[in-house]
Amino acid sequence: MNAAVPPSLAAEAVSVTFDGLRAISGVSLTLEKGEILGLIGPNGAGKTTLVNCLSGFQLPTEGRVRLGGQDTVRWDAAAFRKAGVARTFQGGRLFRDMSVLDNVEVTGVALGLSRRAAQRKASELLDWMGIAQFAHQLAGTLPYTDERRVGIARALLMKPDFLLLDEPAAGMSDHECEQLTALIRIIRLEQGCGILLIEHNMAVVLGLCDRVHVLDGGRTLAQGRAAEVRNDRAVIDAYLGAEG
Amino acid sequence: MIHFLQTLIDALSLGSLYALAALGIGLLFGIMRLINFAHGDFVALSAYALILPSTDVVSTLFIGSLSWPLLIAAILTFGVVVALLSNFAVFRRMRTASPQNLMVVSFALGYVIQNLIMTVYGARPKALGLWSSLTQVIDVGGLRVPLLQLVTIGVTAGLLLGLLLFMRKTPFGIQMRAAADDFRMARFLGVRADFVIALSFAISGLLAGVVSLLFVVQTGVLAPTMASDIVIFAFIATVVGGMGSLPGAVLGGLLVGAASSLLQAYLPDGIRAFRDVFVFLFVIALLLVRPSGIIRLKQFEERV
Repeated sequence: MNAAVPPSLAAEAVSVTFDGLRAISGVSLTLEKGEILGLIGPNGAGKTTLVNCLSGFQLPTEGRVRLGGQDTVRWDAAAFRKAGVARTFQGGRLFRDMSVLDNVEVTGVALGLSRRAAQRKASELLDWMGIAQFAHQLAGTLPYTDERRVGIARALLMKPDFLLLDEPAAGMSDHECEQLTALIRIIRLEQGCGILLIEHNMAVVLGLCDRVHVLDGGRTLAQGRAAEVRNDRAVIDAYLGAEG
Repeated sequence: MIHFLQTLIDALSLGSLYALAALGIGLLFGIMRLINFAHGDFVALSAYALILPSTDVVSTLFIGSLSWPLLIAAILTFGVVVALLSNFAVFRRMRTASPQNLMVVSFALGYVIQNLIMTVYGARPKALGLWSSLTQVIDVGGLRVPLLQLVTIGVTAGLLLGLLLFMRKTPFGIQMRAAADDFRMARFLGVRADFVIALSFAISGLLAGVVSLLFVVQTGVLAPTMASDIVIFAFIATVVGGMGSLPGAVLGGLLVGAASSLLQAYLPDGIRAFRDVFVFLFVIALLLVRPSGIIRLKQFEERV
C-alpha cells in the first residue's frame, strides 16, 4: 500500500441481488479516514446491505469494495476486521453468556493477541469509554444502551481505521443520544478512524456528520455536505418529509 | 446415618459418571448444536480397544495389558481419535445442517459404530477384568466404600477443574466460549471455526475415553450397547441442567445420578425394579417447573 495515499474504504458501483430482487444497485461511496459519513434512507433502502458489503458480510453481486486501493474480492468478514474495518450490529450481537470484558478480550484473541495482551487492551478500552464498571457483568444482563456501547468497544479494539455503526442510537432517549454523539466525536478525535453512521435520528446525523449519503430503494438519492442534503428537495420528499 | 453416607457416595459416584458423559454431549451441543447420540458408542469403542479384535468368547487383553499410565494414555488418545475421525468423516461436512438432521446423523453414526463392534468383536458380551484392585472395599471410619467410587469422584473433580481452567484461562477456551455463545459472530471476529469444532470433538472424545475406563472397571463387561443407558441419562442430564450450559450439564448429571442412587436405596423392595420410572417422573416434574433446565442461558432468552 502506498503510504502517501490516505487510506479510504470505497464501494464502487456495488449492486446486491437477493433471489432476483435488487437490494442495492450501482451504489458508490467513499469513506475517508477521519471523517464521519452519515448513511440515511427509509427502511428497506439498503443501508445495512451496503454496510454488509463494506465489511465482508455480503459479497457484492456486481461492483467491488476497495480498502486503501486494494481490491477485497474473496475477503470474508474476519479479513476485513483484520485489515482494520470494524462494525457494530443492530441489536448488539454480543456474546450474552460472557462477561463484558471477555466479549472485548476475545476479539483481541481472535485477531491474534495473547490472552494477557488482549485482556490489557480490553480493560484499557473499557476504561477509556467509561464502562469499566460493567467489565465483569454478563453481557446478556446489560440494558440496551450499555450493550450498544460494549458493541462499539468490541469494534474499537485494535484501533481499526474504519468504524461502521449500524443504528447505534435506535431506541435511545434524547439524553442518551447526546452521550452517544459525544462518544462518537471523541472516537473520531482520539482514534482518528473514519466513521460510517447509519442513523434515523436526524439530530444525531446532522450534529455529527461531515457528509451524508442518502439511499432510497437501493439507489443513491443524494450525497453531499450535511447542510446541503438537508435542503435537497428529493431527500425531503423521499425521507425527511415522510418523518413529518 | 452410615447407610445414608454410603448412599451419598453412591450417588456422587454415579452422578460423576453421568456428569462426564453429559459434558461430552454438552460441549458439542454448545458449539455446533449437535446432540451427539453416538457419544455412547465412542465410549463403547474406546472400551473395546482394551482387548484384541476377535469374535472369540474369551477376551484377550490388548491395550488393557499395558501398564496403567500407558493404558490410560492409549485409551484417552483412542477416544480423541475416534471423535476427531467422526468429525472429519461426517460432521465437518454437515456444518450448515439443522440440529434435527445432525441428531439423526449422530444416531446413524452410532449404529455404524455398534455394528462395527459386532463385526470385529462379536455381538455377545465379554467379561473383562481390569484393575480388579480398584473394586476392593475400603473402610473409612466405619464407612465401607468401594475404592473405585472414590477414584471416580476424584477423577471427575480433577477433570472438571481442568476443563474449567481450560475454558477460563486459555486462548482456546475463550474462543470456544464465544463460539458456543454465537458461532457466526465468533467466526466473523476471526475465531477459527474448524479448529474450535475439532477441539470440542477432541475434548468430548477424551471424556468418552475416561467414562469407558471407569465404566468397564466397574462392570467388568464389554457389550456393543454397553453405554446406551449412560448416554440416555447423560442426554437427560444436559436437558435438566439447561441445554448448552457446561455447568448445567455437570449439575444435571450429578442430580440424575443422585436421584437414581437415592431411589435405589430408599424405594420399597417391591417397586425398586421400576426405579427408572421414578427417575424420569422426577425429571418431568423438574422440567415442568423449569422448562429450560436449571441454568438458563442468556443467549436463548427472547429479546424484549
